[in-house]
Amino acid sequence: MSEQLTLSRAIGAGLRRALADDDRVLLMGEDIGDLGGVFRVTDGLKAEFGGERVMDTPLAESAILGTAIGLAYKGFRPVVEIQFDGFIFPAFDQIVAQLGKLRYRTGGAVSMPITIRVPFGGGIGSVEHHSESPEAYFAHTPGLRVVTCSTPQDAYSMIRQAISSDDPVLFFEPKRRYWAKGEVDLEAEPEPLGSARVVVPGTDVTLVTYGPLVATALDAAAAAVEDGVSVEVIDLRSLAPVDFETVEASVRKTGRLVITHEASQSGGLGAEIAASITDRCFYHLEAAPQRVTGFDVPYPPAKLEEHYLPDLDRILDAVDRVLGRENSLTGWSAK
Amino acid sequence: MRTEAALDSHHDDADMNEWPDPQEELVQILTPEGQRLEQPMYDRWISDLDADALVALLEDLTVVRRIDVEATALQRQGELGLWPPLLGQEASQIGSARALRKDDFVFTSYRENAVAYCRGVQLGDLVKVWRGTAFSGWNPFEVGMSTPQVIIGAQTLHATGYAMGCKKDGVDSVAVAYFGDGATSQGDVNEAMIFAASFTAPVIFFCQNNHWAISEPVGLQAVRPIADRAPGFGIPSMRVDGNDVLAVMAATRIALDRARSGGGPTFIEAVTYRMGPHTTSDDPSKYEDRASHEEWAAKDPILRLEQYLEGAGILTDEVRTAVKAKADDVAREFRAECIGMASPEPMTVFDNVFAEPHSALERQKQQYAAYLSYVEGSTR
Repeated sequence: MSEQLTLSRAIGAGLRRALADDDRVLLMGEDIGDLGGVFRVTDGLKAEFGGERVMDTPLAESAILGTAIGLAYKGFRPVVEIQFDGFIFPAFDQIVAQLGKLRYRTGGAVSMPITIRVPFGGGIGSVEHHSESPEAYFAHTPGLRVVTCSTPQDAYSMIRQAISSDDPVLFFEPKRRYWAKGEVDLEAEPEPLGSARVVVPGTDVTLVTYGPLVATALDAAAAAVEDGVSVEVIDLRSLAPVDFETVEASVRKTGRLVITHEASQSGGLGAEIAASITDRCFYHLEAAPQRVTGFDVPYPPAKLEEHYLPDLDRILDAVDRVLGRENSLTGWSAK
Repeated sequence: MRTEAALDSHHDDADMNEWPDPQEELVQILTPEGQRLEQPMYDRWISDLDADALVALLEDLTVVRRIDVEATALQRQGELGLWPPLLGQEASQIGSARALRKDDFVFTSYRENAVAYCRGVQLGDLVKVWRGTAFSGWNPFEVGMSTPQVIIGAQTLHATGYAMGCKKDGVDSVAVAYFGDGATSQGDVNEAMIFAASFTAPVIFFCQNNHWAISEPVGLQAVRPIADRAPGFGIPSMRVDGNDVLAVMAATRIALDRARSGGGPTFIEAVTYRMGPHTTSDDPSKYEDRASHEEWAAKDPILRLEQYLEGAGILTDEVRTAVKAKADDVAREFRAECIGMASPEPMTVFDNVFAEPHSALERQKQQYAAYLSYVEGSTR
């Protein structure tokens, strides 16, 4: 059975399915009940499953996570919504110092099957704290799985996989792609959570990205074709762990690696991928891996975000760099 | 309960300085001299305690103090890395923990070793955390008690969530959060009270006000009795003499009954005193006033129960000998289990991070195993 759904509706369909399949699943968050969430991802779920399972909570992120942990102790499978990326920090201790450590702390006795949904990323002209990409903090934290989707099909399948995982999962939702439509097979057998996906095959350059920039990377790959350059685009999907086997196999073929993400550069996913791939297949690299990322500045005001966010041209500029072609660093050659 | 008291004070339009003296409001059943006071609201909750039950409480208090003294000695001898003594707080912990049922669930901080003892934790398991062999000495589900929480106040949210789950499941189990006076300044504790009140969660907030957060006196955390905060959250509270095992047990039973019957959360402030250092690494001589220490030494929780039981003709020489023998036995066993404890195998450092396979961690594990065998080979 297949339907045309927006990415946000696909997540909602996945949540509905999880609630129906397992009565220990419950949703918690701010405004997720009658309003259906500020992005309407949980629209209709309270009416269908009741306020005991789709719970509006007081406005306290640390408490949302902390009580979800207590509920998980009691055998529930909480799915928590953090309203916006920049609101997750009051819950940082409960996620990093508690949630990620509880299995280890208890010698495996306590499972924490908690999913944390986080709308993330910019490009929607919003105010401060509403456009951030905090995934690297959590990818750096032992005990947490971090995933993100870029298509409605993955959104539907991966949210269900995240909820059924016995590990805590941060599920980052690319908010500027919430309205992107796609075919969703509601009975599709999902690929393993943690696996990357080659979105378009190519032979000259490997372009690695995730979440909201997958669509941008596909546009860049299409534009590169016009220049006679074949770009292979990989959607990581999982940021912790990263499916390095898939990236490595691609780079062994292309010899060139570009990584792009919205999050700022230093200590980010791009650094981890560049280092790990250099380590794994150094002799196959024809050029130093390049990163195209947000700058190391706080996420800027809306009227500046187009300069902060990696776009098609900045990605192609990095493609030119790894190909040894003219680029913004070499400048135009005299002709 | 303090809800009414707080409201009355408000209606009186009293000057803040004219609030009732907190010491006068302290619920006490046994005076420091071992006199039993009439407390009509509380007495009926402990009227079932016969001579055997009272002796059992004395034995508990004596045993946990003995464990504590032994653990401090083990730390001094290099067998433990650290120990947080509970000296002086025995009645707060025993009186509350002995009021619980097996199916209740306790979320504690790191000083609640007497609570762990009551929950049935094995003696050697008490010190695994402090010897550094594990972060958890026990399986929380086997004893109904979480492992010690080190982040101050974080566990109060876990208790509240657990209690919300009890309510959802329609069971009358209760969650108990143990924390100290210092923790009441943390956002998590305040957020926990908000969630507990909003969801009518069957949780008890059990605050041991031991007067100290390492070197900081309770006055730095709270300018008014801590128990007075809870009514502001819509949670009734009691302020009891934490060195009076009977008052603590009565208050806990009241709170448990309230929680089991759908009344929601209750806050108990057990006013006690940390007679030892914060941990074995601490030096109270740098900040503690000797006079306060002496004043509280005279309010000792064990001494007052002994005096009461003597007066009641219950504490015979025979009973006294039996209690001492039990404490000696426990101390011997505790010591032997601690010293004989094996250190974990190196590769277990990778265990129990995830429930499901994790490619990055698997790679690190394989590489470290190879490294270990390589290094081992080089030293042959």
